[in-house]
Amino acid sequence: MTQKSPYPYWFFLPAAVIFLGLFIVPTVASFYFSLTYWDPFEARFAGWDNYVQFFSEPFLIRGTLNTLFFAFVTSVLKTILGLLLAVLLTSGIFGQSFLRSVVFFPVLVSTIGVGILFQELMHPTEGAINVALAAIGIDGPGWLTNPSLALFSVALVDVWRGVGLATLIYIAGLSTIPNDYYEAARIDGATRWQLFWRVTVPLVWPATTTVIILSLIGGLRLFDLVWAMTRGGPGFSSDVLASVIYKQYQAGFWGLSTAGNVILFLLIALIVAPLAWWLNSKELDA
Amino acid sequence: MKARFTSLTAMALALGATGVSAQELSILIDNTPASSGAFTALTEAYTAKNPDVTFDIEVRPGGGEGDNIVKTRLATGEMTDIFSYNSGSLFQALRPSRTLVPINDIPNLDNLNESFLQTVADGDGNYYGVPYEAAMGGGILYHVPTYEELGLEVPQTWDEFMANNAAIAEQTDKAPVIQTYRDTWTSQLFVLADYYNVQSQEPGFADAYTANEAKYATTPAAQAGFARLQEVYEAGYLNEDFGAANFDDGVRMVATGEGVHYPMLTFSLANIEQNYPDLIDDVGFFAQPGESVDANGLTIWLPAAAYIPQTSENVEAAKDFLNFMASSEGCAAIVSANGATGPMLVEGCELPDSVPRAVSDMLPYFNEEGRTAPALEFLSPVKGPALEQLTVEVGSGIRDAQSAAELYDADVTKQARQLGLPNW
Repeated sequence: MTQKSPYPYWFFLPAAVIFLGLFIVPTVASFYFSLTYWDPFEARFAGWDNYVQFFSEPFLIRGTLNTLFFAFVTSVLKTILGLLLAVLLTSGIFGQSFLRSVVFFPVLVSTIGVGILFQELMHPTEGAINVALAAIGIDGPGWLTNPSLALFSVALVDVWRGVGLATLIYIAGLSTIPNDYYEAARIDGATRWQLFWRVTVPLVWPATTTVIILSLIGGLRLFDLVWAMTRGGPGFSSDVLASVIYKQYQAGFWGLSTAGNVILFLLIALIVAPLAWWLNSKELDA
Repeated sequence: MKARFTSLTAMALALGATGVSAQELSILIDNTPASSGAFTALTEAYTAKNPDVTFDIEVRPGGGEGDNIVKTRLATGEMTDIFSYNSGSLFQALRPSRTLVPINDIPNLDNLNESFLQTVADGDGNYYGVPYEAAMGGGILYHVPTYEELGLEVPQTWDEFMANNAAIAEQTDKAPVIQTYRDTWTSQLFVLADYYNVQSQEPGFADAYTANEAKYATTPAAQAGFARLQEVYEAGYLNEDFGAANFDDGVRMVATGEGVHYPMLTFSLANIEQNYPDLIDDVGFFAQPGESVDANGLTIWLPAAAYIPQTSENVEAAKDFLNFMASSEGCAAIVSANGATGPMLVEGCELPDSVPRAVSDMLPYFNEEGRTAPALEFLSPVKGPALEQLTVEVGSGIRDAQSAAELYDADVTKQARQLGLPNW
């Protein structure tokens, strides 16, 4: 039986107006503008030209693969490291609250600041990382200047920056697991490994779902960190969809970049919606 | 009592009247030191002559972000009375005949250089802008003491240039060629500054290119710019950190002699003058050499200009200010503020007797007929936005010259279609 809302409908009106004006109208308008040649002075109807152009953009395939690679790598690392850190930081080790703050701290720092900082740290000859490596006799690579390494370096920085949030979600998730399960398992003679694998992991699954979905969406639409660290370079080697789109906007091709945004929106929806459904279906009734 | 009241009223009215005739002109300029130097000097000189007119100078970022600010403010009618912006293909993208006020009727228009005027004109014979900078050369800055030490001559052909590089690589531990790809725009010089050589071999290239008939990939003279970049990379002549170095590093290297050749625009001399004033005369300049000694000349960049938007409410006052900019007096104010980085394109505007060495290396090209050619972006509205990424790829050995030229042709096609140019 559906419960009748205690509020009259006009209570929803202010929120509905804001939602319509700031979200629905621009979204619908963006579908229209993606079909035009649009610059500050006019919008000429272009049919599907922008979509055809976007899909024939030689760097788009590379950008798409890079985006998927980036989202996958960062989600996996954030999930695994986040869970392990959360287990460590709920185990009652010395200085636990201090360490929790340390892990969470990078989340609070401006992404652009993080990007610029690591751009300096990763300088091939003068950066702190390679200077430290040189001190122990290792010839460090060009983290951001080697085309096959640049995207991976950005991904590592993104994990460093984002793992705190994953850890926080996991800590919240772990605290909801009743101690009874662990006690019962221990009485049955479960090892520490079995406790982790058979009790913690299944019961913390809702947190895992949240972490994966959030970091996947974050990874697919990532822009600021890539732009601050490499601007998609060297050449196009660390371009992601969002940076390709931004470059079209910067060149004044507003219609084309809007088409790119529609494509990015569809891509995220196509990947995340089924994944969310699948992950949720695996949740246990705890 | 009554008389006193009347005289007070008269005074108040008189004050009010001055308030009306005093005028404030707003100006939007980009954030380079050269622009702020020029406009500060110009507005001070103008106010000294016309005390009624004061100015409000607003600064905007440069690059793509600045393009968006200028276009958005023009489109929404929020533009200042006067604004600074590039000439050439970027100027054309502002749709001048729909957004700007023609300045054909200012008395000093005749003082302006003819090839400059072509870059601030629409198709109907209207002119829109007055320059506030010197013309620039795009070519190669070099470290003079190293040349003297090794007994090298300024190269007249590309082969001589490569021979000099070989000598430098062999006899010193300096980098023969400096590249700075953290600032990606700096990677384009070998291609863009090669345009004099393209034009000397294919005189009709710019028109055919605009008409979608000539391509970089299929015109050997045009493709050569990419090939030269590849050649320099493959010979191992680049500085070790070329991927992480930025423009300031490049300027430092060529001034101090850590590197010997830096392909660059001559506006960078202002940076050397600011950061390394003692070393300014250690830096010389030559045009990017081509195939033969007989066709040696300089690719030039025409200066940015000041324009008046149609939405200005002070058009006549703004025109009078632009007219002042086009006078030798206005030009002298700019030169005294910024020094001389190249020829000023205003007639009767003399450069000081002592100019930096690289500037005096550049002036002879301007003084001889046929030894300069404007860069392609001043001859054609067609310019692809991805060139700087492609040249980084060629200069880093990620992609070869031919494939980069083909991709650049595709990029250019995209730009022309987005702009709605005919024939594309």
